[in-house]
Amino acid sequence: MSAPRPPTDPSGLERYYVLTNGRSRPGGSASSLDVATLIVSLTAPAPGMQHEHEDIVRRCRDPLSVAELGAHLGLPFNILAVLLADLLDAGRVEARDPIPAHDAGRGLDLALLQEVLSGLERL
Amino acid sequence: MDLKGFDQSGRPAAGGTRSVKVMIAGGFGTGKTTMVRAVSDIKPLTTEETLTQASAGDDHLIGIADKAETTVSLDFGKISLNDSLMLYLFGTPGQERFWFLWNGLFKGALGAIVLVDTRRLASSFRAIEEMERQNVPFVIALNVFPDSANHPVEEIRDALDISPHTPVVECDARDRASSRDVLVALIRHLQERSAVAVESR
Repeated sequence: MSAPRPPTDPSGLERYYVLTNGRSRPGGSASSLDVATLIVSLTAPAPGMQHEHEDIVRRCRDPLSVAELGAHLGLPFNILAVLLADLLDAGRVEARDPIPAHDAGRGLDLALLQEVLSGLERL
Repeated sequence: MDLKGFDQSGRPAAGGTRSVKVMIAGGFGTGKTTMVRAVSDIKPLTTEETLTQASAGDDHLIGIADKAETTVSLDFGKISLNDSLMLYLFGTPGQERFWFLWNGLFKGALGAIVLVDTRRLASSFRAIEEMERQNVPFVIALNVFPDSANHPVEEIRDALDISPHTPVVECDARDRASSRDVLVALIRHLQERSAVAVESR
């Protein structure tokens, strides 16, 4: 019989392992997630959902960035990405990447820049 | 079941909300978090990335195999530009050797602000190099501290060895309007770059 484990898990690793079933990186649908990607719920939380999944779906009724979700849930990015991949694959949330991706050699969207500028000038 | 709040049809604003991202870089203690705090609509938050595997090319991790994870933090804030457009501002992690972790951190960004403390120019060299290497458009913001000497901007531009096309502005990172003006300078710079790119096509 093995020695009893210490009751605490200061590193959080055991918790993360349980949350993600031991997965350390997300699958395809979430591999492009950015800290500024907005997550939006498409459905209400379903009965029997894993608590963290339910929490995400509830918080993302209004669009919330991956960074904000991570801060509110106290989860590091890569763990959160695994959970988000589950929800994306199940069609429970939608992910909207920040626009525009910086694209060397091509100009950025001038209408978007004007929109950003107008917003800043109102501050 | 409570379905209230999930009917997207009646909420065009939420349905179409998008985000843009601006990075705030610079050496340790140049005022990155201060600037995020000054302009953010929300109380600045911290998000964490956990490094659980050793990465080739980073010898800082070799020999600490018993330490299974390393956490790097990113302070960030948010500005609602209008009903359907959010600007997220991210301060880069202080430990620049961890930047490699943030795969795509700069990739999706409109551009970056590199904060410079004129009393310690060298502390921002690495950040400037990194922007140039990753081809991220940026402006230099000289964060004026109370005891900063008054150097002409051109002198500092020479000392930092930055291109004449890169704007250099002065700011007080503690001040909301001043920090907002740096963001405005960045967006104007991006507009000019885009206009040049369109003309030269």
